[in-house]
Amino acid sequence: MSHRELEDMLGKGWRKPPFVSNPKLRWSLILGFFAYLVAAFMTIEVDWGRVYVGLDRGWAFILAFTSPDFTSRASDIWDGLLESIVMTVAASVVGILISIPIGLGAARNIAPLPIYLICRGIVAISRALQEIIVAILLVAIFGFGPLAGFLTLSFATIGFLSKLLAEDIEAMDKVQAEAIKASGARWLQWINYGVQPQVMPRLVGLSMYRIDINFRESAILGLVGAGGIGATLNTAFDRYEYDTAAAILILIIGIVMSLEYLSGIIRAKVQ
Amino acid sequence: MPVLEKGNAQTWRRRTTGENLFRWFGWLIGVAIFAVCWQRISEATTWFFVWDAPRIAGDIWTRATPPRWEYITQLGRPIWDTLNIATLGTLIAICLAVPVAFMAARNTTPSVLFIRPVALLVIVSSRSINSLIWALLLIAIIGPGVFAGIIAIAIRSIGFCAKLLYEAIEEIDHTQVEAISATGASRWQVMAYGIVPQILPAFAGISVFRWDINIRESTVLGLVGAGGIGLQLSASLNVLAWPQVSLILLVILAAVMISEWVSAKVRGAII
Repeated sequence: MSHRELEDMLGKGWRKPPFVSNPKLRWSLILGFFAYLVAAFMTIEVDWGRVYVGLDRGWAFILAFTSPDFTSRASDIWDGLLESIVMTVAASVVGILISIPIGLGAARNIAPLPIYLICRGIVAISRALQEIIVAILLVAIFGFGPLAGFLTLSFATIGFLSKLLAEDIEAMDKVQAEAIKASGARWLQWINYGVQPQVMPRLVGLSMYRIDINFRESAILGLVGAGGIGATLNTAFDRYEYDTAAAILILIIGIVMSLEYLSGIIRAKVQ
Repeated sequence: MPVLEKGNAQTWRRRTTGENLFRWFGWLIGVAIFAVCWQRISEATTWFFVWDAPRIAGDIWTRATPPRWEYITQLGRPIWDTLNIATLGTLIAICLAVPVAFMAARNTTPSVLFIRPVALLVIVSSRSINSLIWALLLIAIIGPGVFAGIIAIAIRSIGFCAKLLYEAIEEIDHTQVEAISATGASRWQVMAYGIVPQILPAFAGISVFRWDINIRESTVLGLVGAGGIGLQLSASLNVLAWPQVSLILLVILAAVMISEWVSAKVRGAII
């Protein structure tokens, strides 16, 4: 058997199939992507001299993480953190309480059409507006302080929690709810015994997750004057007190990590 | 099954008396904590401003409407910058997130004892700090501008992408990996032909999802000076040019909705 025949018998070697199977679409995507990259790089102005000068400061900041300064601004840090935690707790409680009825209203299999549309509208508005923009507007309206932050976080919680709760209710098992209804339950009893046990584990899990998010968000609300640790952090950066800033960041990371750990335990227990 | 005995009759109850007491005690503590938090917020609030809020809100509304439409000609460049911050930031982030994810996944990490905790720490610290704070930090280090925004978005996104990606890697089908290694493939070949094809759809979905979130976040990065449309927003807010503010908010809203639509379409096509 000649070499030629052997190659014919073996046929073509196997090749990895491409991710986008249509070759025209694939090449136009690749070309468009590179065209965009070139356009983007042409228009970005980077002052490399300034970046080079700043590298020392960046290094100083990284070094500050090895010697964070918790003590010299201890009272400011403590006040800021406490305010953040207070805002988180209050906003989570109020947000969760309000988002439960809205979540019920935004589930198509429970709510009649007009209520459904109103609740979906509220959810859409709350999700489309960003926390920090809401905070700016609320600070302009209600004045500086944690009340604006509290309202912002509550508002953001409603959009997040209601949407996910409504999706969970829409995906629930209809048979159980029907069985409760067949026993002659009133509407509240129906919700309490037919719907609530099915969505409760997920509601608890989502609430824990939202508390976690609320704490993280509360750390930035101070930048626009809505209370919390953000104002302290901003001041620390402005004064180039990197060791204090590092201490605050370490505290935030620590609290978020412990919250995540706690929510993991609670979620495992509920489910 | 907990039952209540009254005379000879037995009635079904949901919980025993001890459980009920425990629950009431838990609720009591919860309500007490909320009351304390609310009191602290209330102390830090100037209630006079709050009672005055409806009038102020109406006042801002009359000033902000109608939006100053001709200002839109000056918003082209900031929108382009915002798009660049989000897209380039996402690109850098996914390039860095892939190795981190492979190091963090239990089944691909080189060392569970030493490298995995480091990768997890990178993920947690990147995730727990908001992109605005990263931007604040980077502006102090490398100066204000689009570049700081790109890096801030990139750092913030690494944790998110790496976390979702390493969870996807841990959930892969092991039989395919075994089949590839049974053919005598090297470690890298197993990676390329056994693992990567399985996580590619998840990877593409995560990237697009994060890009959508990043568009949202990069619209406000300018508030701290990191480029994009937020710069115009903060400049207009500082001079109380409310008609411009309302126009910018409308543009941001449109950008967020378009990016959400694009991301939903692309994810729908992939999955």
